[in-house]
Amino acid sequence: MFRNQYDSDTTVWSPQGRLFQVEYAMEAVKQGTVTVGLKSKDYAVLVALCRASSDVDSIQRKIMSVDAHLGIAISGLTADARQLCHYLRSECMAYRHSYDTEYPVRRFVESLGNKMQATTQSYNRRPYGVGMLVAGYDVKGAHIYQVMPSATVLNCKSMAIGARSQSARTYLERNLGNFENCDMDELICHGIQAIRGSLGTEDQQDLTINAAVVGKDRPFKVLTDSDNQRCLMQAKGMGQPSFIDAFSEKGMSDDDEQGPSGSGVPRDIESDDIGPSESTTGP
Amino acid sequence: MSSLGFEQFPDYQVPGVKHPDFSPYESNGGSIVAIAGDDFVVIAADTRLSSGYNIHSRNQSKLFKLSPKTVLGSTGCWADTLSLTGLMKVRMQSYEHTHLRTMTTDAVAQMLSITMYNRRFFPYYVSNILAGIDKDGKGVVYSYDPIGHCERATYRAGGSAGTLLQPVLDNQIGHKNINLPAGELPPLTKERAVAVASDTFISAAERDIYTGDSVLINVITKDGIEEKVLQLRQD
Repeated sequence: MFRNQYDSDTTVWSPQGRLFQVEYAMEAVKQGTVTVGLKSKDYAVLVALCRASSDVDSIQRKIMSVDAHLGIAISGLTADARQLCHYLRSECMAYRHSYDTEYPVRRFVESLGNKMQATTQSYNRRPYGVGMLVAGYDVKGAHIYQVMPSATVLNCKSMAIGARSQSARTYLERNLGNFENCDMDELICHGIQAIRGSLGTEDQQDLTINAAVVGKDRPFKVLTDSDNQRCLMQAKGMGQPSFIDAFSEKGMSDDDEQGPSGSGVPRDIESDDIGPSESTTGP
Repeated sequence: MSSLGFEQFPDYQVPGVKHPDFSPYESNGGSIVAIAGDDFVVIAADTRLSSGYNIHSRNQSKLFKLSPKTVLGSTGCWADTLSLTGLMKVRMQSYEHTHLRTMTTDAVAQMLSITMYNRRFFPYYVSNILAGIDKDGKGVVYSYDPIGHCERATYRAGGSAGTLLQPVLDNQIGHKNINLPAGELPPLTKERAVAVASDTFISAAERDIYTGDSVLINVITKDGIEEKVLQLRQD
């Protein structure tokens, strides 16, 4: 993606029907470390890779609880995420206060999508620079939803977002059939295995992950450091994820996909840097 | 509060007397007793909800568990009670999200006081007693007036039979006006606190029409909240 004359405002379309500011916002999600969400029949699990840090306080929260029955894992601008989380928590509390029941997850993500969409259609605003995986459990069962800065909301069986997340997605796709009958710990291990593929040049040994679970009779809870360590040990015991030798992340950049996610326009057709013919009158 | 209805008839209308058309408050009755010990606190409330001479429910708990260590007993206008406790729950959950831990009993006490004073000019018509374990592990009781004045105490009675029950607690728990030498005063154990609370309620049910049916007793310790039920006169 190159700089062009259609990318200064959210409210400007390109001739190919693209909103560049929104697509640039999607790039912000790729700046964050990888986050994985997966579910079984009774549980939904979020596993996030924390930035390797000796000097950063361990409270670098990638996973935030929103209500007893749902929580989010974020990738991208933490400040935007905090803002959204605050809004989401108020929404859930207000719903509970008014209706004495939990906010159904599907409607919750729709209202979030609507809030985010407003920022993509307004002159003075910018899209939220954060992608989220929402894990929830309600009367309809376990849910994983992906919400991106473009305000697209996707219901997923499992999903990964963030830097070098393609490997994680590949792992999840290959193992999709196994998740339905996994128990909680196995799900978290799968999540960790998926993340290990996305590590890139970081040392495989120094992994710090955050995990959270929500499900039947289990309110949303971010696991403690000792639980995280235990799951990490368990996953290491399972050995390297099998595809890691076959694929490296080289040539697996997310930019190589068919257009940025959501737009669906193949890259080789675009020629936006040229622009419409000979318009020299514009600024 | 609730009018008897005969004021509508011409014979009973007295010139110059103002008849309020609508009162936003209604007294739904009920009493609460709370007694704090060294490492426990007992809070008891009756379960009768009434309106004038009518009974709404014989089995409505007036104790609200705000956290594993804090229970709020609330009587007076039931609508205000529900609204206030709903608000407290929301604010406590907000606190938990931001601070990643439960509010201490003392913090809840302060927040309740402020919440009630915010409605200084249209008060919550509730008589609150907050009982819990504080951060040092000791039992504590806070009592409130309708506009949020908060007072920390060892024991307190509130609600419609509050004035009947308080002197009994003064004598039995506070050892006031008692003719026993200092060495013979009974220590305050959990069993004694529950016994005194139960006995005072039985007496209150005898004399106060708004108190009766049954008593729900919560015994709060650092290990959790234990519930007991005591049946009372149903008249």
